[in-house]
Amino acid sequence: MSDDVLRAPLVLEYPFTRTTGPVIGGFLTGLREAMMLGAKRSDGTVMCPPLEYDPLTAEPITELIEIGQAGEVTTWSWAGDPRPQQPFEQPFAWAMVKLDGADTPMLHGVLVDDADAMSTGMRVQIQWREERTGHIADIAGFVPETGDAG
Amino acid sequence: MRDVAVIASAQRQERSIDNESEVEFMVPLMQQVKESVGLTQQDIGFTCSGSSDFIAGQAFSFVMTIDGTGPVPPISESHVEMDGAWALYEAWVKLQMGEVDTALIYGYSKSSPGSLRDVLATQMDPYYVAPLWPDAFAIEALAARQMLEAGKVDHQRLAEIASRARTHAATNPHAVRRTEKSVEDIMGEAPMADPLRPSDISAAADGGCVVILAAGDRARELSDRPAWIRGIDHRTDAHTLGVRDLTQSMSARIAGEKAGVGDDKVDFAELYAPFTTSEYVLTEALGLGDDVVINPSGGALGAHTMMASGLIRIAEAAERISRGDGDRAVAHAGSGPVLQQNLVCVLEGE
Repeated sequence: MSDDVLRAPLVLEYPFTRTTGPVIGGFLTGLREAMMLGAKRSDGTVMCPPLEYDPLTAEPITELIEIGQAGEVTTWSWAGDPRPQQPFEQPFAWAMVKLDGADTPMLHGVLVDDADAMSTGMRVQIQWREERTGHIADIAGFVPETGDAG
Repeated sequence: MRDVAVIASAQRQERSIDNESEVEFMVPLMQQVKESVGLTQQDIGFTCSGSSDFIAGQAFSFVMTIDGTGPVPPISESHVEMDGAWALYEAWVKLQMGEVDTALIYGYSKSSPGSLRDVLATQMDPYYVAPLWPDAFAIEALAARQMLEAGKVDHQRLAEIASRARTHAATNPHAVRRTEKSVEDIMGEAPMADPLRPSDISAAADGGCVVILAAGDRARELSDRPAWIRGIDHRTDAHTLGVRDLTQSMSARIAGEKAGVGDDKVDFAELYAPFTTSEYVLTEALGLGDDVVINPSGGALGAHTMMASGLIRIAEAAERISRGDGDRAVAHAGSGPVLQQNLVCVLEGE
């Protein structure tokens, strides 16, 4: 590119505030309290994280129930070079984790030293951040299950 | 149903278009395609575009590009925040209503100033997923591992898809990844988003595509061999990754059935497959056998211009039909994480 091209930084902002409502808000409040909530669907299965409607039947969802804080990795990908925006400082694994008591897996990071420590089907548990604000990153990540509460 | 055909198209794709804005590089394409069939903007009944503010980094970014059409006196137009293939669908519906006989459709983006794989995180769930910024490669990698571990596909098959795409792309002047590579060499690549290797991942490009649709006799007047749209349908899967089976595509299967893919022999297919794994899922969902030539253009693995790649699949398929390279083709467009949305179009020559 030639030197006479004008370059300027562009910071994209969407300065809106949204209310999260009883279901998503309920889940996020649970995170602040270090508690995991799932939504009961009409077929009896439990979805975590919960949505305000059933994504397959479009029925409204109202009932939240507490579920486990450990579960099983259903798939994963090693992130050897975390992207700058991601809330993970060290290399980690992206994983879908199906928590005990839930029927659908959720996306988060698994905090292990290298890809050799990862496998589909491995048991992991939540590691909470000490300061929680009602945000998905209140979960610092998952770690291999030890049996101790995170 | 009213007979509607693709009668002309033009495209440009480059690794990065540095010193031209979107409107600057779209104007010549719009002019070129209109001139190729002897139409001016005032002869066009409806104009529809597809682009994304998230890639342009600017609200209502499409408005400036409309200026490129020459919209004076005022024109009838619309825009979708989707790949241009969905703009084509809207135009097809408009033509079905019978009030207009021609439509101009375009899709474009210039993703090179940012990091597309990261920008695509903003299409994820805004509360549970987007704040973690999973990049698009990582999300597809999660699906890829499930396919591999379920034994649905293996690395050899994925490398064969990647190698064939490169061979096809080498013959396409619009492709940006045009170096051939053997299956063996691709198998030897170090993973980029484990288990995906660099050749499993599409080659990002800047650019756009413009298509003209015409109905009935107007199409026959303007083209020696129009590519008739015999079926077109689009469907969507759930947004939440956790409730989907990422190893298959229910929405692509339904769209394919509704568009009539299996009603007759398919000569070739142009599929929007930003990953080799996407191509595997799509060929299964659409029931395309080994006798169907997949992505003779090289597909998105050869050049992936976000917001235009789906429309380019339709343009590539239509151009081959119009040239007489085949009589019946499937064109597919996709959008969203792990091909959440799918549009399928069946094109035929007369």
